[in-house]
Amino acid sequence: MMSLEAAKVIGAGLAAIGVGAAAAGVGIVFGSFLQGALRNPAAADGQQGRLFIGFAAAELLGLIAFAVAMIILYAV
Amino acid sequence: MAAETKIDPMHQFQIDPIFGSLANGNPFVFTNSALWMLIVLATIWLFMLGGMKRALVPGRWQVAVEGITGFITSMLDANVGPEGRKYVPWVFTVFIFILVANLMGLMPFGIIPGVHPFTVTSQFTITGVMALISFGIVLAVGFWKHGLHFFSLFVPAGTPFVLKLLIVPIEVVSFLVRPFSLALRLFVAMIAGHILIKVFGNFIVGGLNAEGLMGPAISLLSFVFIVGVSALELLVSAIQAYVFALLTSLYINDAVNLH
Repeated sequence: MMSLEAAKVIGAGLAAIGVGAAAAGVGIVFGSFLQGALRNPAAADGQQGRLFIGFAAAELLGLIAFAVAMIILYAV
Repeated sequence: MAAETKIDPMHQFQIDPIFGSLANGNPFVFTNSALWMLIVLATIWLFMLGGMKRALVPGRWQVAVEGITGFITSMLDANVGPEGRKYVPWVFTVFIFILVANLMGLMPFGIIPGVHPFTVTSQFTITGVMALISFGIVLAVGFWKHGLHFFSLFVPAGTPFVLKLLIVPIEVVSFLVRPFSLALRLFVAMIAGHILIKVFGNFIVGGLNAEGLMGPAISLLSFVFIVGVSALELLVSAIQAYVFALLTSLYINDAVNLH
């Protein structure tokens, strides 16, 4: 039987995996944007808004994972 | 190892009363959150005051102010269209408040003894209220302009009926979750960065207190890391303010133009 304290720390660590996954997502967003932008630099500036929408969506999921980790650590 | 340093990284987000007490359920308490909101307001006011001279040949300050107002105006022009100008006041208010509040929370005021900087935007109540106002504007404008036709926002044009059964609930949920995600993104991003800085600041102090060569080495590494993270946090402050303003303008576009 695991103690609650140990389970909490392990759970928070598992939740932190989600933050790493979101990091990969943000990297894909900006990487793909750069790939497209370098092929057609003239069209790049017009897509900046969409770039940040994609960034915000990917980032939000990582932040939710972080919030879950914090809730497990401090609020449970 | 010397005396263990234990710094609570969550303590910086605690709201403490300055005047009055929280006892007896008294709602009228001047807290550090209110104080820092006033500081943010004063900063914005001074900044705007210096740039609103309307000189024909603008000075540096006026260019800075006009750069920000022009940035928001062009954002609404691009995302909403000619009708977007009406919403510049709200989007600009949100943008500059979040930007200045984020930056204020990062400033190293803590080196002055007795001063505890507080990041206003690290509270869900503050970001939540701003997100709810944005959402309220979208609802009010949508129903005002389109009446009950506003609900066609949830039905993408030209979708087969079978697919509509699936898409409409998804669209409704994604619409309703908007204020929540808007508020959550900003406040968690602020909390995460500040906790990270505090934790590594803890490592610096702990490393200096430790005996042997390992401690100072860890301190130095943490210090270099903290400098980098602080630079990143400056970027995140600006990006979060931008994203909040951008998403608000996109949601307003939904309400004004209905796809």
